[in-house]
Amino acid sequence: MRYCAEITIQLKQGMLDPEGETIQRALTHLGYAVKSAHAAKRLLIELEADDADDATRMVDEMCRKMLANPVIHNYSIVIR
Amino acid sequence: MKFAVIRFGGSNCDSDVHHILNDLLDVSTDLVWYKDSIEGYDGVVIPGGFSYGDYLRAGAIAAQTPIMNSVRRLADNGKPVIGICNGFQILAESGLLPGALRTNEYPKFCCKWVNLRVENTDTAFTAGFKEGEIVRMPVAHKEGNFFADDAALHDMNSHHQIVFRYVNPDGNTADYANPNGSVENIAGIVNGSGNVLGMMPHPERASESILGSDDGRRIFESMVEYAEQG
Repeated sequence: MRYCAEITIQLKQGMLDPEGETIQRALTHLGYAVKSAHAAKRLLIELEADDADDATRMVDEMCRKMLANPVIHNYSIVIR
Repeated sequence: MKFAVIRFGGSNCDSDVHHILNDLLDVSTDLVWYKDSIEGYDGVVIPGGFSYGDYLRAGAIAAQTPIMNSVRRLADNGKPVIGICNGFQILAESGLLPGALRTNEYPKFCCKWVNLRVENTDTAFTAGFKEGEIVRMPVAHKEGNFFADDAALHDMNSHHQIVFRYVNPDGNTADYANPNGSVENIAGIVNGSGNVLGMMPHPERASESILGSDDGRRIFESMVEYAEQG
């Protein structure tokens, strides 16, 4: 079966996020009452897997091996 | 004795390192493409640059190449391995060194001379320095903001793994002397055995007095001396 995985990789909570902070400041300058902004990376991957669980397992492994850095990132996976 | 300088697509300063080892220190050194073998070498340099265009994260993709398994084997056998700038990012991403390099606190490319305090002279790369000595080298990076969590930092401090810190000219770890926001002003670290060094500053750009400083040359001299003692 072909599955589509949507992976979101984000800095862990409380981790300095200079890109997010810069965006937040810029939005504030534009007059929006923005309390916080966080930048994240979104990856879309198509893959062959036996079923949705198998696809999740593989994508989770990809995240742990390479796509995310466990020292600084959290990630979430949505399989379709 | 011979050294290897590993080249990935997007490496730079590889020729500079080759020049210092080969021409200045008279050590046989090869520029080795990452698909070739580094078996039989007595030490490895992973130079700076932007391997794989810094796609995904700086160093993340190079860290997964098969040659890094060979680097790990060499390191396990006690051979000296130094990663400079992108090389440090690759070593951290591959797990050969603890921690991670994040985007600079001020999220722009930062290219300037910095003062470093030598924190540990008992490594394969720093025997030629005095403890507490202040040395000058340039940094040139956007992702040099070192991070490790409190437990990892405690571990690294207690094992003397922090080798260089960013300091002001008086040798103090002032905030303004820290070019990228690294925790505890950390500029360079070693593994537990002291034979794998990662550092953001560029010693190869400070290895001849005509370049403004030759402090960096002692890192390469110390590394060669360490390798000679085998």
